[in-house]
Amino acid sequence: MSSYRKNREKLVVKDLRKSFDDLLVVDGVSLKLGEHEFVSLIGPSGSGKSTIFNIIAGLLSPDDGKVIIEGEDYTGRTGRVSYMYQKDLLLPWKKVIDNVCLPLVISGRSWPEARRQVQKYFPLFGLEGFEDRYPFQLSGGMRQRAALMRTYMFSSDIILLDEPFGGLDAITKSKMQDWLLEVLNKLQASILFITHDIEEAIFLSDRIYVLSGRPASVKDEVIIDLPKPRTKDLITSREFNAIKRYILDIL
Amino acid sequence: MKKWANIEHRLVPCLFLAALLLVWQAVVESGLIARYILPSPQDVVIALVEILPVLKGHIMVTLQEALAGFGIAILLAIVLAVVMDNVPLVKKALYPLIIISQTVPIIALAPLFGMWFGYYMLPKIIVVVLVCFFPIVISLLHGLGSADKDMLNLLKSMGASRLQVFRLVKFPASMVNFFSGLRIAATYSIMGAVIGEWLGGTAGLGLYMLRAKHSYALDRVFATILVIVLFSMAVFQVISLMQYLLMPWQRKMQNDK
Repeated sequence: MSSYRKNREKLVVKDLRKSFDDLLVVDGVSLKLGEHEFVSLIGPSGSGKSTIFNIIAGLLSPDDGKVIIEGEDYTGRTGRVSYMYQKDLLLPWKKVIDNVCLPLVISGRSWPEARRQVQKYFPLFGLEGFEDRYPFQLSGGMRQRAALMRTYMFSSDIILLDEPFGGLDAITKSKMQDWLLEVLNKLQASILFITHDIEEAIFLSDRIYVLSGRPASVKDEVIIDLPKPRTKDLITSREFNAIKRYILDIL
Repeated sequence: MKKWANIEHRLVPCLFLAALLLVWQAVVESGLIARYILPSPQDVVIALVEILPVLKGHIMVTLQEALAGFGIAILLAIVLAVVMDNVPLVKKALYPLIIISQTVPIIALAPLFGMWFGYYMLPKIIVVVLVCFFPIVISLLHGLGSADKDMLNLLKSMGASRLQVFRLVKFPASMVNFFSGLRIAATYSIMGAVIGEWLGGTAGLGLYMLRAKHSYALDRVFATILVIVLFSMAVFQVISLMQYLLMPWQRKMQNDK
């Protein structure tokens, strides 16, 4: 059984519809995200996945539909869920620690206070000793970890990840996936994840929504009942490949 | 290897300049050109040492005008660029005017400033402001517009206010452009003051040069030009140093390359 049935719903997206200049991009998408659940959206690139995220984050208003977070209507309102892009978007002029502090400072804390608060998370994110470096002094993987840490500092319960590992090389990506699973156990967050890498989606998720090409709509919902904790051996297993085949057929 | 490339980088222009000066010296020494038409580099240096006590006062006047004008131009440019960036209507209204203002020959306007604002420092400072203002405003405006859209969205998704977005992203993002504008303006600042003085004044390097020219003391004219060049370069270097100190992230990026 997947965990979401046992837990309450953190985020509900109902019948989202959005078009840009008469071009329908999102067509009646409904999603659910349970507490501590990891859910992936998978679909062809350019299918409007990022638009869905922008609506959930409140950066865009949908033409139709609702975004409900913990029972409250958050449609078109920013500042509730945290959002991480494929680009790390670290401010080049701020040290790593100040980049991570950013959400706390924006919500009104002073820099010294924010720095004290984030300090204890550096070992967890594998960035201990790099607090005073500038982003360009870090490797790609470290930058993504710093970006994820900043994302986590903003909202620790609902996190949207838009292809966070899309720009990394295969080896770093694989390491980051292992690391993410490990760290998520400790973070207790609910995660919505965009990817077009099927293996990545199966490996990380509790559930996968398979989206169609533009305009985006949900084609199928796949529950991943693979045992946890997951290791990379899983990827070559029979069950894993059966799910992969199934999703490939839908796409 | 890198070190050698660095030395080469500095050595080549120095050697070239030295060679140029040697040719100049040789041509004048050989009598091909009369000394009163073109003094030799050596004559210029001797003249410089000679006139330095008199020149000091003029240098101070010109520096004051240049720095005052430069400072006012920076403040004015920052205020205007920020307003133009935030209020599209103001940008639409002013941008073409700012461009057109640069096509007006300052050399024709400067004597009028004398008539309007007197013959002391004020008209010169106005010339400096007019000359320096343009590159700063344009570069800062461009810089403010160059901030990464996704970065701005990210800050918005965190619920940042407009002021926070400006302070944390837009302004720092514009610094590189801002400083390139400042460097251009810096080199113009001394020259602007000199032009102002040349066209009517009671003191300053421009006035001194004018007098030296009228008495056919070309070695003194060249000596004064040398002083102007040195001070312009000094202002330029100060700006570069400020950038180095204020933008540590840029500094390290350049070293990596």
